[in-house]
Amino acid sequence: MGFSIGSASAEMGPRQSLESYSDKVDGQVFNVGIVVRLLAYVRPYWCRMLLALIAMLATTGLTLLVPYLVKIAIDEAIVEADQSRLNLLAVFMLLASLGIYVTSALQDYLLSWVGQRVLADLRADLFTHLQRLSLGYHDKHIVGVTISRVISDVSVINQLLSQGLVTLLGDTLLLGSIVVVMLSLNAQLALITFSIIPVMFLATAVYARRAKVAFRRTRERVAALVGNLAEDLSGIRVIQAFAQERVSQEHFEEVNRANRDVNIDAVTLSFVFLPTVEFLGMLATAIVLWFGGRAATDGDITLGVVVAFLAYVTRFFQPVQELSQLYATMQTAMAGGERVLQLLKTEPEVLDSEDALEMSAIEGRIELRDVGFEYMASLPVLHNVNLEIGAGDTVALVGPTGAGKSTIANLVTRFYDVTSGAVLIDDIDVRTVTQRSLRRQMGLVSQDPFLFAGTIADNIRFGKPDASPEEIEAAARVANVDNFVEMLPDRYDTRILEDGANLSVGQRQLISIARAVLADPRILIMDEATSSVDVVTETLIQEALERLLEDRTAIVIAHRLSTIINADQICVIHNGEIVEKGRHDELLALGGLYETLYERQFVGEPS
Amino acid sequence: MIKTAQQPIPHQNELQWRNNALLRAFDFLRPYRKISVATYVAAMIINLLSVVIPQFIRWIVDAGITDRRTDILAWGIAGLLGLTVVRSVLGFLLGHWSEKASQYVSYDLRNAIYKKLAMLSFSYHDYAETGQILSRSLTDVERIRFLTGRAVLRLFQAATLLLATFVALVLMNAELAVLAMLTMPVLGYVAYRFGSIYRPLSLDIQQQEAVLTTVLEQNLRGARIVKAFARENSEIQRFEAENEAWFTLSERAVRVSANNMPLINFIASISTVLIIWYGGMQVINNALTLGELVAFTTYLGQLVGPIRRFGVIIPAIAMASASGERIFEILDAESEVEESPDATDLPAIEGYVRFENVNFTYFGRRQILDDISFEAKPGQVLALLGMTGSGKSTIINLIPRFYDPTSGRIAIDSIDIRDVTLKSLREQIGIVLQETTLFAATIRENIAFGVPEATDEQIIAAAKSAQAHDFITGMADGYDTDVGERGVTLSGGQKQRIAIARALLKNPRILLLDDATSSVDTETEQLIQLALQNLMRGRTSFVVAQRLSTVRMADHIIVLDKGHIAVQGTHRDLLNNSGLYAEIYHRQLR
Repeated sequence: MGFSIGSASAEMGPRQSLESYSDKVDGQVFNVGIVVRLLAYVRPYWCRMLLALIAMLATTGLTLLVPYLVKIAIDEAIVEADQSRLNLLAVFMLLASLGIYVTSALQDYLLSWVGQRVLADLRADLFTHLQRLSLGYHDKHIVGVTISRVISDVSVINQLLSQGLVTLLGDTLLLGSIVVVMLSLNAQLALITFSIIPVMFLATAVYARRAKVAFRRTRERVAALVGNLAEDLSGIRVIQAFAQERVSQEHFEEVNRANRDVNIDAVTLSFVFLPTVEFLGMLATAIVLWFGGRAATDGDITLGVVVAFLAYVTRFFQPVQELSQLYATMQTAMAGGERVLQLLKTEPEVLDSEDALEMSAIEGRIELRDVGFEYMASLPVLHNVNLEIGAGDTVALVGPTGAGKSTIANLVTRFYDVTSGAVLIDDIDVRTVTQRSLRRQMGLVSQDPFLFAGTIADNIRFGKPDASPEEIEAAARVANVDNFVEMLPDRYDTRILEDGANLSVGQRQLISIARAVLADPRILIMDEATSSVDVVTETLIQEALERLLEDRTAIVIAHRLSTIINADQICVIHNGEIVEKGRHDELLALGGLYETLYERQFVGEPS
Repeated sequence: MIKTAQQPIPHQNELQWRNNALLRAFDFLRPYRKISVATYVAAMIINLLSVVIPQFIRWIVDAGITDRRTDILAWGIAGLLGLTVVRSVLGFLLGHWSEKASQYVSYDLRNAIYKKLAMLSFSYHDYAETGQILSRSLTDVERIRFLTGRAVLRLFQAATLLLATFVALVLMNAELAVLAMLTMPVLGYVAYRFGSIYRPLSLDIQQQEAVLTTVLEQNLRGARIVKAFARENSEIQRFEAENEAWFTLSERAVRVSANNMPLINFIASISTVLIIWYGGMQVINNALTLGELVAFTTYLGQLVGPIRRFGVIIPAIAMASASGERIFEILDAESEVEESPDATDLPAIEGYVRFENVNFTYFGRRQILDDISFEAKPGQVLALLGMTGSGKSTIINLIPRFYDPTSGRIAIDSIDIRDVTLKSLREQIGIVLQETTLFAATIRENIAFGVPEATDEQIIAAAKSAQAHDFITGMADGYDTDVGERGVTLSGGQKQRIAIARALLKNPRILLLDDATSSVDTETEQLIQLALQNLMRGRTSFVVAQRLSTVRMADHIIVLDKGHIAVQGTHRDLLNNSGLYAEIYHRQLR
């Protein structure tokens, strides 16, 4: 089991503390560097963006034109009682509205199109990049976190890139134009009206500062909520088995409550701000009415100017509101952008060298030459390991948990690179060939029998997608999968549920063996491939494999000594070193660690 | 791999809740009805003010400016500001209250979902996909929150504002009012059509996004296999295919909304033009004052916002009803294992376990257990042996009622386990499941999971018995070491030992070990066995194991073959009398 969104993560699985889930972003709202790098994704579509920008300018112009037409209609047509002019102006207004419809539809479409396209491109890039990253990345990162990078962070960036930037540009432009138009209509009245702006700035600044904290907090809390839920879902069987439903529920309610409260706080904050902006807008209207009204009374300006001013003032505060809303989006987009770029910047630890060759058909000689390895600096896992495996030989690695057996398998497949020394296959250093050509000729049955969602047949043919049903069944027979598949109503078309819940662990191991068998590898690595398989089945598999492995090289890791007794060579690994090497009877005669292990398992107590 | 596992449990009452999903969602507002009513009252007052304010402006323009009355101008503006202050305060309260109520609704919904999930038995969780449950408890709940909060409120505001504006317009000038409202039916139709096209499209997009997520999730979790079989390129191709499918759908949605939203604005602006034109003519003919005309256009201007919002809210409501369905599907799910209404607490048990003619069929399709009968006495160690898939784990899973038998009966101390509460039953059973799940917490917290009040001494004692103490103290942070990403990565064998310690700490009368040491090396396993032998004394233990060295120490061995008991007895009995057992034994010794 163990759904990976939260199976073991400090970032996602908040069991003990809620405090450690901050975004770890230094709190910059607008980081030019990030925006510039992200804009590179917009570049291929610059034509559309340019067109969108033009459409937007047209929309803005037309939007500003309509109140002006109204002004002329009042001042020059209605007051002057000029019917034909009114008709003409009405037609103009209609045309302007139609124009707004067309240009804004165009603008909406183009911007959203580019936005979605960039989103799809970014996702594809991230996915491709993830395929390039070596296992070191995947071992260290929780799946759920990576998923949230590719799915959610990317979509916030999309909002920023498409809607956000254009809204920013458009609204600023609109604001500027309104200011210019108002100034040109009547500079004095305009300046008096603008006296509201400093108050507006102050209100926005106060809001922005507090909103930053509040909205960041909501993100922390929702991450905690997701983490808690994902974690508990993956552990639901344990929770039930230990009758801990109530405690877990209480804990969830606590996280849930924290999320609720910070959300209420954050939104309340914007409900203080928005009515304030509204009030300031009305204050500006009052100023226009008072000063404009008196000026109109005195005959200094026309009534039309006052009416147009009233319309412009209303339009002035709408972009201000929008811009402050955008602020919250920008917050999250910047944080998301930073994380996505971080992921794209991560270099694979294992890289094909520039002059890497294709590995030709492998014969199967494996040599580990003075190999040293550490997963983390100064924590050596292997030191000075020397091992030679002849083509077609079966080598068994035995030893206590954590001795370094799986690490050797990881080095031969080049999931990791050696820290010192070299791994050679057919006398070729694995670092000089492409990973793809190397691994295509290897098969792995790993400790954790991971099966993909899909049918049993889908899973068996994973390494050879074009395999015929006969080939699948032949591989299934070798791995003894056919025994239990025959009992399933849908046979090979049986769907495997998430985490293989409808199969026993042993059955999952058998399927993963069949998968490796069908791939027809020159080198087969079996890492505790049958630990949950019963003895009878295991021996049947062994007999079948022995035929199959006759001219192939195999590395077998097992705790059960019955699995390894017939190996051509047995290596006993202890604390990262090979302490004993030889055939079964040679090692028994040696009277060392191997003999102890053997005795414990078989002759431990009188039967 | 592209397709996700289908949901095989059909819901017979599907149609019923499809209709009620929205109503049921609103039922969650019931506890907050006071605050909700207050919200709607505030909304109405705000609307009233929004209708009154243009009248004020009209009055100011007509009486103050046109008639040159500075005093009216001054009082009018003062009144205007006063009304605006009231509206702003109410606007704040409205926002705060509606947010509060809707946040409480989502809080309650999530708690309800969690509670349900904790209650649903294993067969539900076998089929449920974690991704689905997560997205339902997060995204879908958010949609319901939007519905019960802002969406319906906005709709209500828009509708009442429309109505109030219409009344005000009619009172001012019936002819113009009718003219202004002429476009409303068209608008309504366009908005409705937009909603009905957009909804299925957005559902498709969501579905495709879920597919994309699943592809990604599977790829990441199977990273080792993908790499080992050098399948990166075909994985990229698959992802890109799904990604492009997503883009095609999104592009269609983009086109629909880019066409409809500006269209709605356009239709609304036709009204304004009509009013200026027709109203202007009336002013020329002295049938209308200029102030009235200005007020008219102001009213219409006020309607633009709410009308625009219709276009957003209508699809949101449509989506929320789909979300409601998805959420209630979880809340309505029935647990296969239900506590009987008159269940009593299981008293402290001796540990006498009895299976009587137990059958078990997985989802009515696959017979897993066939007429299983046996008994285990207090203090006995009972070993289950058999081929992969022969039903060993199932027998273990039936004892704490993770599943219920299809027929037959399981009794502990002669009490049918279906007659007692689940909690009292499971509290007396310690279990180590075949697959080890640890929580992202410290080792100490993980061991104490079943007994949160355990002392350090008890935790250390349990860890010692499970042979975990030594490797734990070998770590820099000892028992405070974090398990998980930022902590240490434990090997399979180490995790299993922590899980054993977790079960032992409960000091249970019945101990269930389902292949608990499969990843532990022989030497360590032997040490655990020695410790267990002491602990098992006086308890009833069930052990599933592949290694015969583990099985041999059992008092009673049951050999399973395709779901039925092939033979049972002691090691010696079976060695002498059972061909199958002898074969298993000798194969391992070979």
